[in-house]
Amino acid sequence: MDFGQFLSYIGSGTVLTVGVTLIALPAGLLIGTILALLYVYGGKVAARAMNLYSTVFRGIPPVVLLFILFFAVSKGINLSAFWAGSLSLGVVSSAYQMEIVRGALLSVSGDQLMAARAVGLSRLQAIRYVVLPQAVRLAIPPWSNEAAIVIKDSSLVYALGVPEILRRAQLIGASSQRYLLAYLSAAVIYFVLVYATTRLLNLLEQKLSIPSNP
Amino acid sequence: MLTWLGYFERFGQNFLRGAGVTLELTAVGLVIGFVLGLLLALARCFGPKWLQRAAGAYIAIFRGTPLLVQLFIIYYGLPELGIAFSQNVAAYLALGLNSAAYQAEYLRGSINAIGSAQMQAGRSIGLSKWQTIGYVILPQALRLALPSWSNEPISLLKTTAIVFLIAVQDLMAEGKRAATTTFDFVGIYLAVAVVYLVMVFALDALLKFLERKTKIPGMDIETRR
Amino acid sequence: MPKPILTIKNLTKTYGQNVIFQHLDLTVNEGDTIVIIGPSGTGKSTLLRCINLLTRPNEGQIWLDDLEITAKGTDEDQVRQHIGMVFQNFLLFNHLTALGNVKLGLTKVKHMSDEAATEKAMRELSRVGLADRADHYPGQLSGGQQQRVGIARALAMDPRVMLFDEPTSALDPELIGEVLEVMRQLALDGMTMMVVTHEMGFAREVADRIVFMEKGFIVEEGSPDEMFNHPKFDRTREFLWKITELYGKKEKDAE
Repeated sequence: MDFGQFLSYIGSGTVLTVGVTLIALPAGLLIGTILALLYVYGGKVAARAMNLYSTVFRGIPPVVLLFILFFAVSKGINLSAFWAGSLSLGVVSSAYQMEIVRGALLSVSGDQLMAARAVGLSRLQAIRYVVLPQAVRLAIPPWSNEAAIVIKDSSLVYALGVPEILRRAQLIGASSQRYLLAYLSAAVIYFVLVYATTRLLNLLEQKLSIPSNP
Repeated sequence: MLTWLGYFERFGQNFLRGAGVTLELTAVGLVIGFVLGLLLALARCFGPKWLQRAAGAYIAIFRGTPLLVQLFIIYYGLPELGIAFSQNVAAYLALGLNSAAYQAEYLRGSINAIGSAQMQAGRSIGLSKWQTIGYVILPQALRLALPSWSNEPISLLKTTAIVFLIAVQDLMAEGKRAATTTFDFVGIYLAVAVVYLVMVFALDALLKFLERKTKIPGMDIETRR
Repeated sequence: MPKPILTIKNLTKTYGQNVIFQHLDLTVNEGDTIVIIGPSGTGKSTLLRCINLLTRPNEGQIWLDDLEITAKGTDEDQVRQHIGMVFQNFLLFNHLTALGNVKLGLTKVKHMSDEAATEKAMRELSRVGLADRADHYPGQLSGGQQQRVGIARALAMDPRVMLFDEPTSALDPELIGEVLEVMRQLALDGMTMMVVTHEMGFAREVADRIVFMEKGFIVEEGSPDEMFNHPKFDRTREFLWKITELYGKKEKDAE
């Protein structure tokens, strides 16, 4: 067996790695954005609760939190390892994404909100039409970083039995007894995924950037 | 709830032993990562072109692939080339090599912030390039890097939790063993999470304390910008 | 008999122990341009913000026409539509073009169709002389242009009264003129305006009445002629002398 065969065998796990990422990342973004809005605009009690959520969830190693959520979800509902793992990873990511969105919301100055209210927009309209569009742009660079982390952390679901890249590398490594080649192939695929994602988001950032004269 | 609290009594000794291994992994990884990271940062900022590029590639590769894959390459892959490590040494290496890439970036950022002006100032009084780096730039850059660098020990402490996958007997491995004897996976891992949280908060408090101690008045990233 | 648009009675605003202003009474009649002057930190900006309900007064009432807007249960968003506000730092929406800035309130608050909103917004941009800059983003406009877009944005809502909070204070000297000219034209067109400014030339030429505020009180108000030529109080004379001196010097320096 040569390198090409290794790559194609392991590469077929890419679908699942990408799948896990495409579930976890948006799930984390959705939860993170809602929590960040509550944190910034929800009043004191909500802010304190969100701060606790953030501190605790970001203080626990991702793999530990992933296991807790995975086993809790699996006990409650009958989900495949793929779905349970992906959604759990999304929750793990949500605390980090909440901080990203919160940071972006806070760096759009409060004056923008005031100017929107002065025109007659309601609070919700002002957040929706004035603050969020600007915050989204500010959030892209740190979010790109988080996307890379989620792709890399998706390798953790290997431990839950999902046949993604790392799992398939382990399988072919065991059957051929050529672990080095197997894991190096996996590394190459992960690297391409991370690199392509980062580049893509970089392009998006440029495309969305607001024109200005220096 | 009572059963859950009972876990700490029943497995307390094991958790403590595992936590000790976790802290050891963190410390060793941090030191290896710092030494290598400093070399990488220097190579990236002051080395010849080819060395700059090599250091850049190292950083990109180690940051662009999962630590778990790096760990498996070192532990399962390298023996094929006749380089075999024990579980613990493989874990030290993987954590150190990986952390080096991140620490190099923190240091590079602060070296760049100190900037070429300080280099010129050093050269102007007759210091050589490496003397200037050693006596003028690094002392400032290391202090400047501290606030952002202080994320790394905590981040590393959390990443060590994956090395149980090559059977290093850290806190997570103790948790896994306890989980398979009680079959209460959620409860046991929650208990493990609490122990990790305690370690993370303690380390955070320690780092904040160190940061205050070593602060130079008027010198931080903000005022430099 | 002139018709009052804004009536302010016994207005007090404090932040904790800090009294910003107290027991203010002021009436603004239809078509009037009121210029408010005074040292910084005397509550002029806060007064404008109270009128626009961007902050709540602690005591007192404000009427817009016959509606008491400080009453409990007032629909703030409804009120703000009728009161235009121009900010010292422009506060344009950074992610929208000049046209987008002017249109936002029309489409989202007045629920106009996109087409009608564009037409209306272009009219307002023409009015401030910026129709040719409609597709520029704030970052591509000079400070003076940005402020004119800010004025157009407020005008587009067809407000009963326009509030200007030091509209030229953040501008380079050479850009002040274009903004003041737009404001002067507005006053001539009969817009009711309340202007906080240090531009004494504008006050002298355009104001129907000048209000001098200090330490949270209205010291004196009157026509430009009364205020500049025979003020009743020494404090008024002193302040006007100082500010004319100071700004006259600054203008000379800029030349």
